[in-house]
Amino acid sequence: MHSIFPLVCFWAFAIVATGAALAVITLRNSVHAVLALVLTFFSTACIWLLLQAEFLAIALVVVYVGAVMVLFLFVVMMLDIKMEPLRERFIKYAPLGLVVAAIMLIEMLGIIGVRTMDVRPGPNPAGVSNTAWLGQALFTRFLLPFEIAALILTVGLVAAVVLAARTRTDKKHQNPSQQVRVTAAQRVRLVKMRAETGAETPLPREPQA
Amino acid sequence: MSATSDMWLLLVTLAKILVIAIPLIIAVAMYVWWERKVIGWMHVRIGPNKIGPFGLLQAFADVFKLLLKEIITPSNANLFLYFLAPLLAVIPAFAVWAVIPFDDRVVLSNINAGLLYLLAMTSLGVYGIILAGWSSNSRYALLGAMRSAAQVISYEIAMGMALVCVLILAGSLNLTAIVNAQAGPKGLFEWFWLPLLPMFLIYYISGVAETNRAPFDVAEGESEIVAGFHVEYSGSAFAIFFLAEYANMILVSFLAPILFLGGWLSPFPQSWGAIGAPGWWWLVVKAFVFATAFLWLRATFPRYRYDQIMRLGWKVFIPISIVWIFVAGIFKYFHVVTIGG
Repeated sequence: MHSIFPLVCFWAFAIVATGAALAVITLRNSVHAVLALVLTFFSTACIWLLLQAEFLAIALVVVYVGAVMVLFLFVVMMLDIKMEPLRERFIKYAPLGLVVAAIMLIEMLGIIGVRTMDVRPGPNPAGVSNTAWLGQALFTRFLLPFEIAALILTVGLVAAVVLAARTRTDKKHQNPSQQVRVTAAQRVRLVKMRAETGAETPLPREPQA
Repeated sequence: MSATSDMWLLLVTLAKILVIAIPLIIAVAMYVWWERKVIGWMHVRIGPNKIGPFGLLQAFADVFKLLLKEIITPSNANLFLYFLAPLLAVIPAFAVWAVIPFDDRVVLSNINAGLLYLLAMTSLGVYGIILAGWSSNSRYALLGAMRSAAQVISYEIAMGMALVCVLILAGSLNLTAIVNAQAGPKGLFEWFWLPLLPMFLIYYISGVAETNRAPFDVAEGESEIVAGFHVEYSGSAFAIFFLAEYANMILVSFLAPILFLGGWLSPFPQSWGAIGAPGWWWLVVKAFVFATAFLWLRATFPRYRYDQIMRLGWKVFIPISIVWIFVAGIFKYFHVVTIGG
């Protein structure tokens, strides 16, 4: 007899995830919507933890909640998006959105259907944690796809930098390695001067009345 | 398992959480007192000395003062987020302690992916800072939040790579296993600080930057942007930010020994009898040294300029850590470092 606690947890996380996902598309304040998306990711990670996929769950939190959504939140805060003009076109685009949603639903049901026909995922080899097992699979059996994926990501990163970087000619740059190599002689010039005696330059006289 | 045993497990876990959380809160209070004392001595001052013996009760007096003060909310602040932000800062700061091992088998949750959990929780703390800065509807607060977000994300990468090096050598994400991998007959020469010396320094410096402490405290920068992200907070809401910051500092002070200095292991060879024996007191002593180093840094260094912080993180730490991941891999492959006793 299994404990009911995981089931209760699953329903709680599932309800929060679904509710938060609905909030993402219904909330009027865009910052609130981003936070709802964070909550969706977090609840999904909790559901994955219940499935004992701890590596995937925590990686989801590290990558999406900890890094991607922080940047997202940052951009949304800076942009000051006006939601009202966006809402006016809601009805116009609703049919297209519904079609896309329906296609995605069918696709997901298809995947779930195929999966349930298949056997359940085999248990981990005895005594090996989920993370170690995943790492071994990635770096032995799936090494080539893994490296190709890494290369694609790197290319994407370089492309993003090239697209976004504008070389400005009027901008002043500091070069720290040059700065630390500076010697006193380059900055201060000591000039030898004759001592003042006061005799050469007489004080200006008061104009006489 | 039945429902009653579930209930019992829940109660025992709650009790264990309190056993960790209450000493942590007291440690934060004493740490604040110690900070004021140490910085006082470094400035050739006395520091707090009026309330209690040696001024020991000063921190508690401050806590009660903060709790009894009025909480002021700025006009046009987003109230929901304004009050959510301190909670988002403090919850991850306490949640991390679930996986910290204090001694062999003395840990709340001995999970396999402890190191990853740690990285996940420390990366969540930045939400409290960003939301506090934004929801306050104040320019200084927003500037502090922007600086903090950029800084925390930048240093998280270097910190994560330092953790990867530890993970490569130890071969495990479990923190207890990481400490046990550093055991051996030669005492402190078996620990990971020696093969991973650059990463050890990078980890600690990134830890200082992650907690927004001097010399990386541009997020607060009280001489430039008043107090940064928490400028509008007062009373207990401010106290919660304070608690989160100091809990995070103590966390970094505990993690540096666990990851690089053998945790609860003794620095002396095992053959030396009583002082060679492992125990939680070693971890506390090591953590105390790192916690004091935080204060030492604050009293010693001027604040980094913002662009210098970014340069240090991206152009110095990240290249070094990428190289050292490769070096750690070579150490592991050729069995240069012995793992376990």
